[in-house]
Amino acid sequence: MVGKITDIKTLENIARQIRIHILRMLTEAGSGHTGGSLSATDVAVAIYFSKMRFDPQNPKWRERDRFILSKGHAAPLLYAILAKAGYFQMEMLSTLRKINSPLQGHPCSESLLGVEISTGSLGQGLSVANGIALGLKLDVIPARVYCLLGDGEIQEGQIWEAAMTAAHYKLDNICAVVDNNGLQIDGPVEEVMRVAPLHEKWTAFGWHVIEIDGHNMREILVALDEAENTKGKPTVIIAHTIKGKGVSFFEGKVEYHGIAPTQEELEKALKELGNE
Amino acid sequence: MSEKEKATRDAYGEALLELGKRRSDIVVLDADLSGSTKTVKFAKAFPERFFNIGIAEQDMIGTAAGLALTGKVPFASTFAVFAAGRAWDQIKIAVCYSNTNVKIVATHGGITVGEDGASHQALEDIALMRALPNMTVIVPADAIETTSVINEIADYRGPVYVRLGRAKVSAVMPEDYKFKLGRAYTFHIGKDVNIIAVGIMVDTALKASKILRDEGIDTGVINMSTIKPIDEETLLLTAKSSKIIVTAEEHSIIGGLGGAVCEFLSENYPVPVKRIGIRDAFGCSGSPKELLKLYGLTVEDIVETVKGTLKV
Repeated sequence: MVGKITDIKTLENIARQIRIHILRMLTEAGSGHTGGSLSATDVAVAIYFSKMRFDPQNPKWRERDRFILSKGHAAPLLYAILAKAGYFQMEMLSTLRKINSPLQGHPCSESLLGVEISTGSLGQGLSVANGIALGLKLDVIPARVYCLLGDGEIQEGQIWEAAMTAAHYKLDNICAVVDNNGLQIDGPVEEVMRVAPLHEKWTAFGWHVIEIDGHNMREILVALDEAENTKGKPTVIIAHTIKGKGVSFFEGKVEYHGIAPTQEELEKALKELGNE
Repeated sequence: MSEKEKATRDAYGEALLELGKRRSDIVVLDADLSGSTKTVKFAKAFPERFFNIGIAEQDMIGTAAGLALTGKVPFASTFAVFAAGRAWDQIKIAVCYSNTNVKIVATHGGITVGEDGASHQALEDIALMRALPNMTVIVPADAIETTSVINEIADYRGPVYVRLGRAKVSAVMPEDYKFKLGRAYTFHIGKDVNIIAVGIMVDTALKASKILRDEGIDTGVINMSTIKPIDEETLLLTAKSSKIIVTAEEHSIIGGLGGAVCEFLSENYPVPVKRIGIRDAFGCSGSPKELLKLYGLTVEDIVETVKGTLKV
């Protein structure tokens, strides 16, 4: 079982390493989703390494906490974290998107242990998270279910069906996170299809809502604690993030939604992240 | 064979209730149609294991997949149009691609939904489900077979789609019949014609075969209740004994039983096949009896099709 890390500096350092892995993987693959993997890195690292109880040696352990990457496009983020957590060898990361690799372009639960459910068609993860949460409650297992959503993704109607279900069944073992980076492939979310006001929408759907700076590790940890201590209703953390976070020339750039870094960009990016 | 009439959805409701008594891992989901799909029986007996998701089929399928991931055996039910159509992508990704142990039992399949009309008549659900890898597709012929199917799939690990009907159907299977996944049931193998049918059309085929045999045409009937994986062994045996094969289903002739039979036989043992079903059209309102006549799914239609095809 992975030990709980609560030291902010240590978590920030893990996030930095994860970003480096993401950029390397994507460059090697030559395609994939850079911006949305980097924006969600800090939140995902905090969830996996400070909160979740799991055992890479026993990946189907019944009492484990679950993580559902509903925004499956951020697969490189999930893979880098699973490798870091010990689910598979780091070397495998370089096989991302290649023929016969378990590291499919979007997560595939049948090919990679640690991936709870296949995603990639947006809008589906929260329903699955609800189902797991219901099953855990039936078995009186106190495990928690984390579900990472994109802000563009929540334009999918199924998210709001699932939002109703989670509140209706009082699934307080669910914590959803909206990676609110403000951009989707066609442009700013605000211009493509407005999802605001997020806080009011989720509140109206019966959720406990927490808004944080999604790159501030201290705020993330406090929010995750608050989610765990909130009873009788599900919690959503609206994490205000920057697409492409960590690499100055990717930050806030819609062009890097679905484009991998070139070799040149990778070298520049690694320098910024303190990896020569 | 008795003439006892019962809708397959009624048999489902009862079988589910009995299954729920025996096994605590059975959970049931519905999308606001539990009174019609008959899951309401289970819901009343085991409220803590029943989840009404409301009118939200996509969410229902995703939730069922999640429950399966915790070791439960979820049965998710609604009308076939909504189950197979509305939630197709969720069935593809969260159920089939993820290979989760979800049983989708859809009622109100086919044209015999009746008066509700085309929006509520699933005439393409089998085609939609059959195209998905990992999916098993079953269409029981009567209440006896439905009960057996429900028990069998509860023990089978993997995604299953079962199509049931709204209207009452005559009992056609022997009282002691036990469904085996992937095994067709042969009533009789004919030397001239064999009718391969599913669902309510098994009864219709049996009646047609009686008339044809009386007229000297040796006609067999096979209940191909598992459409996928199709019983290749029985298909081959049947084809080898047939001058022609006729398929009969309450579904589009595109992609359903007829499609499956043609795909296999054309590659392995080509014989002339005539498909009886809905001919690339939407349904409409009317009584089940009127609709079966309008869309050419009666005993007489089968008899005429067989005679016409044999002449050619």
